[in-house]
Amino acid sequence: MTNSQASPHGIRRQWHRFSARERIMRTSFHVVVLIAIAWSLRSIEIFPEFLYDAPQQTADLFARMWPIDWAWYPKVVHAALIETLHIATLGTILAVAMAGLVALLVASNITHSPVINAFGRFILVATRSVHTIVWALFFVAMFGPGALAGTLAIAVHSIGFTGKLLSEAIEDARPGPIEALAAAGGSRRAILLMGYWPQVKPSVLAIAAFRWDINVRESAVLGLVGGGGLGMALDTALSNLYWDQAGLVLLVIFGVVIATEIMTAWIRAKII
Amino acid sequence: MEVPASGQPMSAGPNAAPSLVIRNLRKEYRAGEPVLKNVCFEVTGRGMTAIIGPSGTGKSTLIRCINRLVEPTAGEIVFLGRDLATLNRKELRMARRQIGMVFQEYNLVERLSVIENVLCGRLGFVPLWRTWSRRFPAGDIERAFQLLDAVGLSTFATQRADQLSGGQRQRVGIARALMQEPNLLLADEPTSSLDPKTSVEIMELIANRASERNIPVIVNIHNVALAKRFANRIIGMSKGEIVFDGPPTGLEDAHLVEIYGGEDWLE
Amino acid sequence: MAARIGWNDMIQGISQGKARVSSHRRRDAFPPNWPMRLGLVALATYVIYATTVIDLSWSRFVIGLDQGARFIARMLPPNMAGDKLDLLFNGMLESLQIAIIATIVGVVLSLPLGLAAARNLSPWPLAWMARTLVVLFRTFHPVIVAILFVKAVGFGALAGMLALVVASVGFLAKLFAEATEEMSMKQVEGVRATGASFLSLVVMAVVPQVMSRFIGFSAYQLDSNLRNSALVGLVGGGGIGATLFTAFQRFDYDFVLTIVLSVIAVIMVGEILSGWMRRLFQ
Repeated sequence: MTNSQASPHGIRRQWHRFSARERIMRTSFHVVVLIAIAWSLRSIEIFPEFLYDAPQQTADLFARMWPIDWAWYPKVVHAALIETLHIATLGTILAVAMAGLVALLVASNITHSPVINAFGRFILVATRSVHTIVWALFFVAMFGPGALAGTLAIAVHSIGFTGKLLSEAIEDARPGPIEALAAAGGSRRAILLMGYWPQVKPSVLAIAAFRWDINVRESAVLGLVGGGGLGMALDTALSNLYWDQAGLVLLVIFGVVIATEIMTAWIRAKII
Repeated sequence: MEVPASGQPMSAGPNAAPSLVIRNLRKEYRAGEPVLKNVCFEVTGRGMTAIIGPSGTGKSTLIRCINRLVEPTAGEIVFLGRDLATLNRKELRMARRQIGMVFQEYNLVERLSVIENVLCGRLGFVPLWRTWSRRFPAGDIERAFQLLDAVGLSTFATQRADQLSGGQRQRVGIARALMQEPNLLLADEPTSSLDPKTSVEIMELIANRASERNIPVIVNIHNVALAKRFANRIIGMSKGEIVFDGPPTGLEDAHLVEIYGGEDWLE
Repeated sequence: MAARIGWNDMIQGISQGKARVSSHRRRDAFPPNWPMRLGLVALATYVIYATTVIDLSWSRFVIGLDQGARFIARMLPPNMAGDKLDLLFNGMLESLQIAIIATIVGVVLSLPLGLAAARNLSPWPLAWMARTLVVLFRTFHPVIVAILFVKAVGFGALAGMLALVVASVGFLAKLFAEATEEMSMKQVEGVRATGASFLSLVVMAVVPQVMSRFIGFSAYQLDSNLRNSALVGLVGGGGIGATLFTAFQRFDYDFVLTIVLSVIAVIMVGEILSGWMRRLFQ
């Protein structure tokens, strides 16, 4: 066969990447997106005056932050930093414990009632949808400002994310060992402990490490609404318009985040 | 199907300009340990040149240096009158359009359909917006279908590349290379991942399609029998140097021992 | 099982006239996992230590629970008064708009940045700079970034939107770069040999490999932006956050509940929509 042979009916063959139906759906999607952009842009007020002096304002901001008020560090910031780290860690530990319980409710291979599964899923969505800061607002109103409110806020918010990942890890567990244990007459506790736990264990550490990394970042801002830690130092600095102190807190937050990223990457490398 | 008989000299007049001239090609991945030492050869006219030699002897590096997928450390690669080693990025892309390449592991884009993979051969010639929207010129699409006919995959045009068998994928790879309407065809171990029967089919396909288009083929291959059967020139490499260059009939056991070392594997 | 084998051994031993049972010869099937136990002890010690350091006392917790019960009583039933619903509607609308634009702008900007940060495609100085930029974007919580933008461009939705764009780009560019670094370079080499330009190479060899993952990330980011857009208002970034904060300060807890429930509802709808979108593009 040579390549000069014409196609059967003398007409050129055609090819289209998407079927007609797919093309219609994709075009509609693009149109909807464009409409959404246009509609959203109209309603967001952009004050031209503010935009024009934005560069100047930003320069002013950085000028006021420098030189950084290092002296404030030992006085207030260091203690706040430690508090933030504890809030994040305790909050994560508490979250993993609570999320573990909810995950057991959600995992369809452990709890067979779809009603309970749905209820568990609702808990996960609800806790995840309400932002940590909003939870912090609640808990500050309940327990007063300070680390208690912050830790509970972190813990409760993390349940959603952690619980979802844990339930997926449980559902990914291979049924073989479970069936073997059940066939050997193992009690429910034994099946959970010896069948599921060894399979889920490595994921738990990875999920906890991942969540801890995020929680450190979140803990740092909770203080803005009274949740303790670096956020409160930042709030104080901002209320007094001491930008140099604020700059110090931001720098510390930056350093902490980098440190935790490195640590989590190291932990994950060890596990995987 | 025609198969070029072994020993047939490459047909091009005695004064034909060489398609490819390699002079003093040298490649060191690590300083002081050259993988290719002073490689020189010319390729003129049509016909298949098979490069044989043990693994690690630089065959794959040599082929990849020709279109600079691997950057040579020193030397000249003169293709169609221009030294590829000196070209800047844009000129290199232009030159690569003229060189089609077939890979050992097919190197198709798995998630794209067969016809999209073949049309990749035209990427050097069509503007970006056509690539993005997949609106290739009708002539290109027709030619892609014709190439699929030529490699025997007419009914597979809209299937995803990862749904094909190894031999079928290699056929798509060949169609993609031919889609470029190249002046030179390179093949890096095109049959190493295939079973013996498919290997013969693929080598036949490469040899026939290339000779139809009057373009030279340079093939890396470690199966000496296949090389002798399809190529009309054999280059044997050992430890980064060319130790044999001639027609397959001239390839004797003594040469093979020099190239591969040891006699046990010879029948 | 171990016990049963031991019993059989014993029977056999006795029947053969040799009593070979000795408890220390029988290997323990489940030896105590010392690293695990030590880890648990360390964990428990830490918890006790940390709770004292940051002054989490049980009594405060219990008092708080009592307070919490009163709280919940005041929150129910949720306030559905007309004027409140107006406030709610306008605030939610603005938050929604902020989230939509921030996600779209974020997606568009993160594609080139993510590509630049991929070490297998990008020359290393460029990759290094892009990665540093991405880390910078991700460090600060959107609320903090919103504070900075409020100072730069004034109160209102623009500051909130810009803050979320920064957060989105940080997240998406990082994941995009990671997906690109994990892809198969063989497919890229195959297309590169045809003489394709860099962008054509990206379109035909990179995008097909990473697109489905990227769409997943974008859907997640839309969800995240919906949540964060409700927040940036706390610091002046527009949207429902400001309404929420004001309600809190005025002790309008029943309205607070209304707001929170609406946010949850919107997010759930958003999740369903993003699920559809994912199926559409795969």
